[in-house]
Amino acid sequence: MGKIEWAMWANEQALASGLILLTGGIVAVAGQFRGWQFAAYAIAAGAFVCLLEYPRSKRAKGTSVERTGQYCFTVCVKSFGPLTRNYYVRAFLHAALCVPGGFVLATVLGCVCLGIASLIYLAAAIRGEHWEPILPRKKEIRQPGGSVANPPQNPPPRPPPEMRRKRVDDVEGAAYDNPIPVSD
Amino acid sequence: MGNWIINHGLTSLILVVWMAINIFLFVWYYFIYDLNEEYYYTRHLLGSALSWARAPAAVLNFNCMLILLPVCRNLLSLFRGSFVCCGRTMRKQLDKNLSFHKLVAYTIALMTAVHLIAHLLNLEWYNNSRRGVYDTLSTALSDLEDTENTTYLNPMRRTDTDAQQSPTFLVFTSIAGITGVIITLALILIITSSMEFIRRSYFEVFWYTHHLFVVFFAGLVIHGAGFIVRKQLTTDPPHNYTLCKDRSAEWGRIPECPIPKFGGGPAQTWWWVIGPMILYVCERLLRFIRYMQKVQYRKIVMHPSKVLELQMVKDGFKMDVGQYIFLNCPAISELEWHPFTMTSAPEEDFFSVHIRSAGDWTDKLIDIMQKLPEGAQGPKMGVDGPFGTASEDVFDYEVSMLVGAGIGITPFASILKSIWYKFKISNPKLRTRKIYFYWLCRETHAFEWFADLLQVLEKEMEARGMGDFLTYKLYLTGWDQSHITHVVVHHDEDTDVVTGLKQKTHYGRPEWDKEFEQVRKENPTSVVGTFLCGPAVLAKVLEKKCAKYSDVDPRKTKFYFNKENF
Repeated sequence: MGKIEWAMWANEQALASGLILLTGGIVAVAGQFRGWQFAAYAIAAGAFVCLLEYPRSKRAKGTSVERTGQYCFTVCVKSFGPLTRNYYVRAFLHAALCVPGGFVLATVLGCVCLGIASLIYLAAAIRGEHWEPILPRKKEIRQPGGSVANPPQNPPPRPPPEMRRKRVDDVEGAAYDNPIPVSD
Repeated sequence: MGNWIINHGLTSLILVVWMAINIFLFVWYYFIYDLNEEYYYTRHLLGSALSWARAPAAVLNFNCMLILLPVCRNLLSLFRGSFVCCGRTMRKQLDKNLSFHKLVAYTIALMTAVHLIAHLLNLEWYNNSRRGVYDTLSTALSDLEDTENTTYLNPMRRTDTDAQQSPTFLVFTSIAGITGVIITLALILIITSSMEFIRRSYFEVFWYTHHLFVVFFAGLVIHGAGFIVRKQLTTDPPHNYTLCKDRSAEWGRIPECPIPKFGGGPAQTWWWVIGPMILYVCERLLRFIRYMQKVQYRKIVMHPSKVLELQMVKDGFKMDVGQYIFLNCPAISELEWHPFTMTSAPEEDFFSVHIRSAGDWTDKLIDIMQKLPEGAQGPKMGVDGPFGTASEDVFDYEVSMLVGAGIGITPFASILKSIWYKFKISNPKLRTRKIYFYWLCRETHAFEWFADLLQVLEKEMEARGMGDFLTYKLYLTGWDQSHITHVVVHHDEDTDVVTGLKQKTHYGRPEWDKEFEQVRKENPTSVVGTFLCGPAVLAKVLEKKCAKYSDVDPRKTKFYFNKENF
């Protein structure tokens, strides 16, 4: 169990809770239930939680998988800096957000689910995890063949001139050894 | 088209039947609660939200019954074994058990949402009726008390609680309400930890949280208790609602309208789920018994690139080609079972698996094995299986094209060995005369053991003069500059520089058109079976090529693509 990043599961749970809060809120407002004002708040809170949780964090170890179209959300969430990076902040934020949901039945489920997500985020924060944005990597274009900016300063090492002269009398003993057999 | 029917027909039929049953249950129960007379007064208070709550409840009963069945893998194997008569297509459906489990789970989630929303509406409207917000009939109905002469209709009995909190109060003070909240919470936790991303990255979170299903089923069975859904009972003299609905002030005082009585029905869900629950308990018992059976190690080999080969023997263990087993090592983790495809042939007197380093559990296992002294027995190991439909179709074709991509070559180790054994003893079940084997991988790292196997087979075939029985091609799709340099330098050697095999390694992906052309040219009159163990994209490509290169003329080459599930 050592490699688990609790924040990943907390994120899924929080996203689900946001949707449940949203749905419960819509039902209560549309049905004009008693206390629908709390439900209206739940719609706003649910939508906010969904937007905050949609961009998945980069994993500390392993390949990260983005959610479809999360890049714009990543940029928005990233701009809040330490507020969104730190999971303690998120844990307390979710705990605070979920409380008003408990006052109307329609949003109680969303409230409890968000509370659970807050607890898992707390566990993640205690283990030192934090939110990292997934940004596209700039691929380095490497020149094939290397750079031509620095030509070699010295000629390649060669055997002394006496040996380099072609010895017609002793072709076998000549200095060069053709790697690929030469045929006429 | 014919190929589609063979490959997908039975699955589609099963799905259509399942969907039809769902729709039937939904509509049937919807109309019971929407049209039946005994619910007239209940409907007066709740409107169609009553039917919208009860119809998904019926669908939920059906699906909760089904969801436990596909995960009873031992019982499925028993089932599969007894199906020997009914053809492979039937048995192959059992391989799609996990897909079916997920489909049923999605249905349960959807129906829970509908059921929940309908009940939210119901509670709000019961509350309003109780507080006299609606018409006189509603108020009269809600005022009916639970005494000897009347029995209540509206489950909200108390009016002294705060009006906004009454629904919440009822939920948390009734059996149906509390169990409903608990099991919905369990369901949500199960679903969020079962998302593919979490499953693939943090399997333990998925596996342990999934056991909340015990809480789910326990709560589900008692959820219907409490007689909350109430219908009108027959009184003596009878209370006719058409006559009496507008005369609620006179109920009990005029002979034709006695005070109506209401009652609820007993919980019914347990009728649906008790069978599968018992089967599942049997399944876990069976897994435990298998786990207790003794497993002996024949050989333990460490291959290069941290691949561990375990050769084991177990009493009464019989396998077929392409099957897989689950391993559990209590020294590493008491509760984790991990699946591995077997790499040995059924003709051998042991069974083997090749385990790559791919996570916590495998790393620890390799570690333990490396520290063992020579010739010692390994740690206690529980083996469950074998599972999976055997890939026996491979033996039926005169010419076979086997394509393995990446880790997908593992079942082919078993298949190739089995084919060779069958060939040596001239097993009549083997109709194969020629095999074309295509091995695609990014790099041979972690697959050197397979290259060794091919080398051994190659030598044996040469020794028997059967050099062209097996033609294999290796495609390295992850090559770079250093590979090229290496190849150029060793160009002249007899054996391949990467694998040491006689066949040279190709670089990049295969050109399937060329390959199919070659197979067709060399086998002008045969039926060729194509088998793939690899990514779905490749399956589509191969399927198209099979269709393209098959000849309409029955005397010429025909390609059949077999969608195998390894």
